[in-house]
Amino acid sequence: MSQFNELVRNGLWANNPALVQLLGLCPLLAVTSSVVNALGLGLATLLVLMGSNMSVSLIRHHVTSNVRLPAFVMIIAAFVTCADLLMQAYTFELHQILGIFIPLIVTNCAILGRADAFASRNPILPSATDGLMMGLGFAGVLVVLGSLRELFGQGTLFADMDLLLGPVAAGWQITVFPNYEFLFLILPPGAFFATGLLIALKNVIDDRLERRRRLRQADQPRESRRVRVTGTIR
Amino acid sequence: MTAPTQPPKRPMGRAILRSALSLGLFAIVTAGVVAGTRTLTFDRIADNRQASQYRVLKEVLPEALRDVPIEALLDNAVMLPASEAMGQHQPFRGWRVKRGDNAALLMPVVATGGYNGDIHLLVGVDQDGRVSGVRVTRHQETPGLGDKIERRKSDWITDFNGRSLEDPAPEGWEVTKDGGEFDAFTGATITPRAVVRAVKRSLEYVEAEGDSLFQADQEDQP
Repeated sequence: MSQFNELVRNGLWANNPALVQLLGLCPLLAVTSSVVNALGLGLATLLVLMGSNMSVSLIRHHVTSNVRLPAFVMIIAAFVTCADLLMQAYTFELHQILGIFIPLIVTNCAILGRADAFASRNPILPSATDGLMMGLGFAGVLVVLGSLRELFGQGTLFADMDLLLGPVAAGWQITVFPNYEFLFLILPPGAFFATGLLIALKNVIDDRLERRRRLRQADQPRESRRVRVTGTIR
Repeated sequence: MTAPTQPPKRPMGRAILRSALSLGLFAIVTAGVVAGTRTLTFDRIADNRQASQYRVLKEVLPEALRDVPIEALLDNAVMLPASEAMGQHQPFRGWRVKRGDNAALLMPVVATGGYNGDIHLLVGVDQDGRVSGVRVTRHQETPGLGDKIERRKSDWITDFNGRSLEDPAPEGWEVTKDGGEFDAFTGATITPRAVVRAVKRSLEYVEAEGDSLFQADQEDQP
């Protein structure tokens, strides 16, 4: 069980593909101008990552190490092409917006990275979990960035969600600041800026946690000395 | 080149063969999966494409023709002569709709000189040489600024409805900043300028090619 906890922690936080490994930054910066775009690409990436991790894990004993990379690339390319076709079939409008970034999931190093570093060495269940968690970690950062940029860039949240989720979501748009626009955040430089802030925020939180842990440890020697005392008495 | 250090030939060849075979097998399986997905989604994607094309086509039709059914519209595709001014270097596909006294010609037009590459438009012109509608079908203009040419972002593009080469006069076919009659939006002049000029060029094209476009009958159907 602890292995799964470790995978969850790694994917979502400690080894987050976007904030720590800094992988897949090109689509990350390009499509996070709104929540719907971010969520669409995030979900597509998540599915591809899970699918490729599971397949790579399944075939890990049947591929010799010198042809493993082309084999992985083929698997990933197949999943991406399928995701691309499925999005064209079921979320056509969103596909029109995300355009080239769906096929470009192939080049997201996070996917080949997980295939080679994890899935090719682990059984299917941990590999699927790793794919799911890394995918969620990536999609999570995309959505947070998308929300930040949409909110402070054009003053709304969840605009055009119906493109992804169907007519149910048509009324989800929340206009927080009417008639507001801060172009910088919508443009690519704003994406760099917001990503930087997120990374900084993560580091601050990590520092805080680390300091608290140290404090707790600093308290411990007294106890442990007592333990040692009881030990020597024996 | 020294013989002793070379690995025995046989296993090497076998390893290559094994790798090649397994890669080949992967290629077949993955290609099969892709082909399967394609077959499953093919009709739906074609429908989506057609519906989205139809939706835009319908928006640029004159009021009187707006209820023309989808088949009648798409079946009336015609090949139009190439026109450098409209960014079409080859003869290109347009749509001609006719019913009673009303007729309209719908043309894809490429507006060059956008802020960020070409802007693809669909322009509808009626039999009197008036614009019946303009829509942007594809562009890469700056989000938040230039993308106000999209109908769902602002109604700027509807300003062309009913315009012709007499209304405004040719020198008025510019954005206000260049002394014309069409508003530019704050922060973006280049994008609306490109669109205004492209619409003007489409009207000139219809005027030049004139009645042949409207009167040519069914013989050039694909």
